[in-house]
Amino acid sequence: MTSLKTRIFMILVATTSVIWLAATTWIYLGTKAELERVLDTRLQEAARMVASLVRDDEGTAQAAIGAIPPAAASTGGAAYERQLSCQIWSLGGRLVAASSAAPSTRLSGHGAGFSDSTIEGELWRVYAIEDAVKGVRVLVGDRLGLRDRLVQDLVLGLVAPTLLMLPLFAGLIWLAVGRGLAPLRQVAADLQARPADDLGPVQPEVVDEIRPVTDALNGLFSRLDTARAQERAFTAFAAHELRTPLAGIRTQAQIAQAAETPEMRSSALEKIIRGVDRTARLVSQLLALARLEAAVAKRERMPMAVGPLLAEIDRDRQWANVRVDIDPALDTLVLVGDADHLRFALRNLHENACEHSPPGGLVSWRRVGACEVTVEDAGPGIPPDELALVTQRFYRGRASRSAGSGLGLAIVEAALGRLDATVSLTPSPSGPGLLATVSFPVPPK
Amino acid sequence: MRVLIVEDDPILADGLAVGLKLHGINAEVVGSCADGRHALVAGLFDAIVLDVMLPDGSGLDLLARLREAGETRPVLVLTALDESRDRIAGLDRGADDYLGKPFDLGELAARLRAIARRGQGRAAATIAAAGLVLDPASHSVARDGLAIEVTRREFAILRALAERPGVIFSRPDLEERLYGWQEDIESNAIEVHIHNLRQKLGRDLIETMRGLGYRLRRGP
Repeated sequence: MTSLKTRIFMILVATTSVIWLAATTWIYLGTKAELERVLDTRLQEAARMVASLVRDDEGTAQAAIGAIPPAAASTGGAAYERQLSCQIWSLGGRLVAASSAAPSTRLSGHGAGFSDSTIEGELWRVYAIEDAVKGVRVLVGDRLGLRDRLVQDLVLGLVAPTLLMLPLFAGLIWLAVGRGLAPLRQVAADLQARPADDLGPVQPEVVDEIRPVTDALNGLFSRLDTARAQERAFTAFAAHELRTPLAGIRTQAQIAQAAETPEMRSSALEKIIRGVDRTARLVSQLLALARLEAAVAKRERMPMAVGPLLAEIDRDRQWANVRVDIDPALDTLVLVGDADHLRFALRNLHENACEHSPPGGLVSWRRVGACEVTVEDAGPGIPPDELALVTQRFYRGRASRSAGSGLGLAIVEAALGRLDATVSLTPSPSGPGLLATVSFPVPPK
Repeated sequence: MRVLIVEDDPILADGLAVGLKLHGINAEVVGSCADGRHALVAGLFDAIVLDVMLPDGSGLDLLARLREAGETRPVLVLTALDESRDRIAGLDRGADDYLGKPFDLGELAARLRAIARRGQGRAAATIAAAGLVLDPASHSVARDGLAIEVTRREFAILRALAERPGVIFSRPDLEERLYGWQEDIESNAIEVHIHNLRQKLGRDLIETMRGLGYRLRRGP
């Protein structure tokens, strides 16, 4: 069932119907039992009265039968009139007298008291009195069919108005449910009417039952809004950062076109190639950063040893004239997390360190304490006032001599963030270079 | 014509210096706000090209400070932020023109010529002095309707003199207009160019003020 309104309506109507049905059954059974008790008492009283009036001659017997008051059937009116039938039998088995409506066959067999019998295809309730002194047997009977009709009429009198009321009642339930669900409809209408870029909260005044839903929705909206704002800022910044190298490439291309000397042309072409390479690197770093930010769920986590991973990264490095020293203690540092993120972060740190080191300079990886890794380079370092800025996207530094995109450290920070790790940069204690310290979370014991 | 370019991207900065020279504009390139301020104190520039995002701050902040300090030279702001609200902010903070990256080198040169001549109080695209008509866009010189062939450096010297007829330009003044800072200048380069110009235009047009420099004769 897709409609909450229909669902609630059906449940209410069904439960109400069940309750009414139970009540009706109870009334039916109760009324029937009570009526039978009353009618049985009447049979008994009629029989006793007839028996008391009968003497041992036959004339009195017929007169006694006539004394059964039709008023006894006053409960029903015409339909129930003369419903009692009376027979007086001698103990010898002869029919002494009978009421006019009584059947000709004997109402019941021997014995006194109540009994049920079938006469001419009809069910009878009979009460018998035996008077040994007068030598008669008085039988007073009542057709059960008539009794049932009486009960049915009584119950019908109760049920009929109820049945007539039911549609009216259903209509009222329908309207009431509709009114009760109005706040839900209002929220739905509010949501339906809002434009796609409206991520403001849903109306704050709602009933308690809907609040969990609207709260969840508002939470989702605000997260969506933040994500979208970030995305917009990122796109704007990326577009901005791509324009400068593109402007450089275009200008150099125009120089190549208009060059006056072959040297000028080849210099311009060489710069175009450099510019394209740099732009391509910028694009791939932007994509990497976007991918890192989009990777919401933690992917498969597995244990990784830092030492071998660094050795593997170092094998691919392009800076052949840099000395790299990896602390053997790193071989035993095993981290649990996404291997791609760790490799990505370490490779960027390693490339940064190698790129900034002079030829023959030393890049050294050390393990500090249980969960810290440091990398120290022999490069020019970063002025202290710029240290806090370098992990910002696109920050290139005042003295930048390399044509970096300014994204490397931002990527490292994002990738390490995925591993719940942090990176901090300090001037190298032993030289002019930079010391990067990566702190991984302490693994739970 | 000489301009100062404040731009930190090395490839673009190089492209601007080389490319503008092809359009007859001598460019001095610096990569930060601080260097830009220093260059402006000493240098003779007809216009300034300013990038907005510089490593040590915003070019627009630099521009605002320069204007506050009484800097009147025309400034063209060159930036990747080229939405109209950025352009409005740039122009309202003292820029004379605005060009979004990437741009056409020829357009940049034309805009620089335009703001430079406005900066000198001229509206006409050509410079007329002492019977000469100089067209900075095509580097052509005409005397009494007859075109005269001159080299780019000769044109630069002639232009400097023609922009202010009667004003004396010392040799270092002219050298600065002619060359970038890093270029080696032969000690008699200016004399050679002046000599060549006199041969092409006539001996009486450029006067030598002994011990002071050179000037263009006033009047037709």
